[in-house]
Parts: sequence; structure tokens; C-alpha cells
Amino acid sequence: MSVVQANPGTDSGRSVTLPTRLRSRHLLSIADLSREEIFVILETARVMKEIGTRPIKKVPTLRGKTVVNLFFEPSTRTRTSFEVAEKRLSADSLNVAASTSSLVKGETLTDTARNLEAMAPDMIVVRHGSSGASHLLAGVAGSRIINAGDGMHEHPTQALLDAMTIRERKGSIEGRKVAIVGDLAHSRVLRSNVLLLKALGADVWVCGPATMWPSGMARFGVTATTSVDDAVRDADVVMMLRIQLERMHGHYFPSRREYFRLFGLTRARMDLAKEDAIVMHPGPLNRGVEIASDVADGPNSVILEQVSNGVAVRMAVLYLLAGIDEGTT
Amino acid sequence: MATVMEADRIGRALMRISHEILERNRIVDELALVGVRTRGVPIAARIARNLLEIADHTVPTGSLDITLYRDDLMRHTVGPQPVLRETEIPFSIDDRRILLVDDVLYTGRTVRAALDALVDFGRPRSIQLVVLVDRGHRELPIKADYVGKNLPTSLRQSVQVKLTEIDGIDEVDVEEVEEGVA
Repeated sequence: MSVVQANPGTDSGRSVTLPTRLRSRHLLSIADLSREEIFVILETARVMKEIGTRPIKKVPTLRGKTVVNLFFEPSTRTRTSFEVAEKRLSADSLNVAASTSSLVKGETLTDTARNLEAMAPDMIVVRHGSSGASHLLAGVAGSRIINAGDGMHEHPTQALLDAMTIRERKGSIEGRKVAIVGDLAHSRVLRSNVLLLKALGADVWVCGPATMWPSGMARFGVTATTSVDDAVRDADVVMMLRIQLERMHGHYFPSRREYFRLFGLTRARMDLAKEDAIVMHPGPLNRGVEIASDVADGPNSVILEQVSNGVAVRMAVLYLLAGIDEGTT
Repeated sequence: MATVMEADRIGRALMRISHEILERNRIVDELALVGVRTRGVPIAARIARNLLEIADHTVPTGSLDITLYRDDLMRHTVGPQPVLRETEIPFSIDDRRILLVDDVLYTGRTVRAALDALVDFGRPRSIQLVVLVDRGHRELPIKADYVGKNLPTSLRQSVQVKLTEIDGIDEVDVEEVEEGVA
């Protein structure tokens, strides 16, 4: 964190010192962010949210900047969320989806990136099925890279929007009991959230079938259990993870009905949590598999708030990264 | 450092401006105040209090952060982004006579950005500019409608408005700045 001149050209000719710096020119992982940087992003997102309430939901900030949304995995929420964020900041955005890209013709990720690079985009938002894909791109591309989900590794903007939602509803994250329930092994949302929630001082519980525990979970500093009841009891936040059938190459549980019976979030289980506990889900929902419909649509659910906060958080990240000079790493 | 305005002079200037506003705008209920962050906001609040006192009318008051509209935002190749602050305009600006309030009028670039920001909120009947200090050196064709004090300065000087709400004291200071620090 460095102290910098925040308003070098204000009308009064006066300089103000405020810490605003993101050290990296990319957003690849929550692990790269300091506690202060997380707060800078969340505070910026809070201000960005207001723009979505205006009659003209657009500011000229990133006029003339080009952002490529490079999506190698299907995504509706994240891609449209980034696209809305880019448009609200007046950036020119273009979408490259795997099915229409030359990857299906056998081009490597690096070559695709180099070709996009030749068109001089300022930022590339990348979603890829392989863990580390965004790191690979950051190494070969001159543009700023934003990780929109890489395999089973991380999904940093999801964790940031979740943190924003918790802060809006609960005031703070420190000391809150957060239960994260579901497919732990395949979840990049879990990894990013655990890193961020721990950095902000939450009491994090994770719960899922033993067949879906990631290796090395002890290093996360979380309480792990196979009992949903224990995880949810007295929780302030219950975060459900999606069962990712597309990433499962094996048998992790007998049937969806069995999974729902043992790990699904039902009204009865929610009664164990604090009365004002919030229910979160990164979407898309598997109703009747990880979450009951009456809970997903119930009064404690903030699932749709997560979606609106997603746009604000992505605007904040785009804005903050656009200001980083070429000298940073 | 020289102090060019003290608390009582600032108070009198804002009271005079408040009277001028009422003189020029007969229909009070069309008025609204919008302060430019940071120090335009408390000045707008003080003018609102004056107007309530003189005309017994509450003028709606909002605050505007112009950071995202700045023309130099992406031109600084070195250094991170300025911190964003909240914009709160809790009323429709359509058909209102807006009084845009800032502490110092200098190059006019902040006002240009504020005008761009305001029209994104609607179509006001008019926009008038209120500043506590006009220090000259305009780079854009912009002129204030209400001025607390005209203060001739050199480009090597910096003008600092301090307000009790933010700085714990009311005063306007002029400082000599070294080359390149401005």
C-alpha cells in the first residue's frame, strides 16, 4: 500500500493523500490482494452501485478502452455481468466465446491470446476450464487480465461480490460465522471466498461430502465438517455451492435425491442458523439438489442482490485496474 | 502561507450569496443545491441553512462526485486511480434550477465534469454556479454566477479552503508551492 496523490489536478490546486493502489496490474487471485486492497475494491464498488440507479446508467470513465471477454466455458451471469459493467463505464467490449473461437480449430490458448493482443485490447476478462489459465495469459499478454473463473482454482470477482453483499446486510465480516456448503473439491468460488473471508476475519465453516473435500484443506484455516447441521447452526451467512456435474468424472454421491437429503439446504436446516441469517448462492441454482426452492426464494435469500452487486464489483475492478501504470507487475 | 478569509468573512460571503440567489430566483421551490465533493458539500449545506432562515423554505440538497467524469483520469500514466466518493442526489433534477456549489473555481475543469455528470441525472431548467473563491486562470469558457471572493493568484500558488465540517476550522489560505508539486 503506498500513499499517493489522489487528486493531482483538482481545482483548488491542493493535493490529498489517500491510499488507493492495487499493486498488481491483473486480478488473478484473491491471494494476491492485501486486506487494504480488498477494502479499496469494496468501497469503490459501493460508489459504483449508485450509477445503476441513475436515469442514464453510464459514466464516460473508460471511453476508448477496449475490453475483451474471452469465455471458454459457458457462462451467462458472469459474462453478462462483466459486459454490463464495461458498458456502464463506456468501455468498448467484445465477446469471444469458445464455440465461435479458433480454439475449436486447435489453436492454443497462448496463440489465441497473442492474436487478440495484436488488436491491442486494454483488458482481457478470461474464463477457462483449466486452473491457472489466467496466470498463463498474464505471462504472455500485455493487457491487464481479469480472472473470471479458472477451472477449480479461483473466481475472485465472485468472492468480492459475495463480500460486498455480506457487508451490506451484516455491516461487517469480521467475527461472522459463514457456512459454505456443497461441492468443495470442484469449487473455485469456495477457494476465492475462503481466502477473502479469512483475510477479513470471518469464522469460516465448510461442509460437504467427504468424497468432495479438496486436498490440503487444513491450510485454509477453516472448520471442516460433514454435518450440515453443525455448519449451519448459529451461522450469520449460509453460502451454498453448486453441484458441478460438468466437472465430475466419477461417482461422488449415490444420487441427487440422496445428496439433497444429506446436504441440501432446507427450511428446517435454515431454522438452525441465526434468525436474520442470509442465504447465498453463486448460481446457477440446482433446485432440489443443493437448495430447496422455498429457501432459494425465501425472505433470507440474497441471491439476486449478489447478481446486482456483481456488476458494481466488476465496475470497481475495471476502474481500479485501468489506472495502474505500465511499471507495476 | 497567508490567510485571506477567516470564519466571519466566509460566513458573511455565504450569507450575501444566499441573498443574491433569492434575488435572482423568485420561485424558490424550483431551486436545488448540488455540492461538488469534497468541500462543495458543506458549503451547499450552509447555503441551504441560510435559505431556510431567510426564505423559510427547505431547498433540496445533494452531493456530486465528479471523479468518473474527469478529463485527466486516464491521462496519468503513472499512479493509481483517485478514490471515488458517493454521489447522492435524492431528488429529480428535471426542470429544477440547480445551484452547483464548489469551494474554488480555478481551471474550470471540475465544473465541466460536474456539468456532464449533472445532465446524466436529468434535464434541469438551468444550472448556476456558486463558488466561495474564484482564483482565476480559467482553461475553459466557464464563469461563476455567485462568487464569495475574487482572489487574484499566480500559478505558483495554491488556494486551500478549510471548513469546520471537514478541517475543524473555517479559513481560506494561499500558499506558495514549489515547482512541480502543485
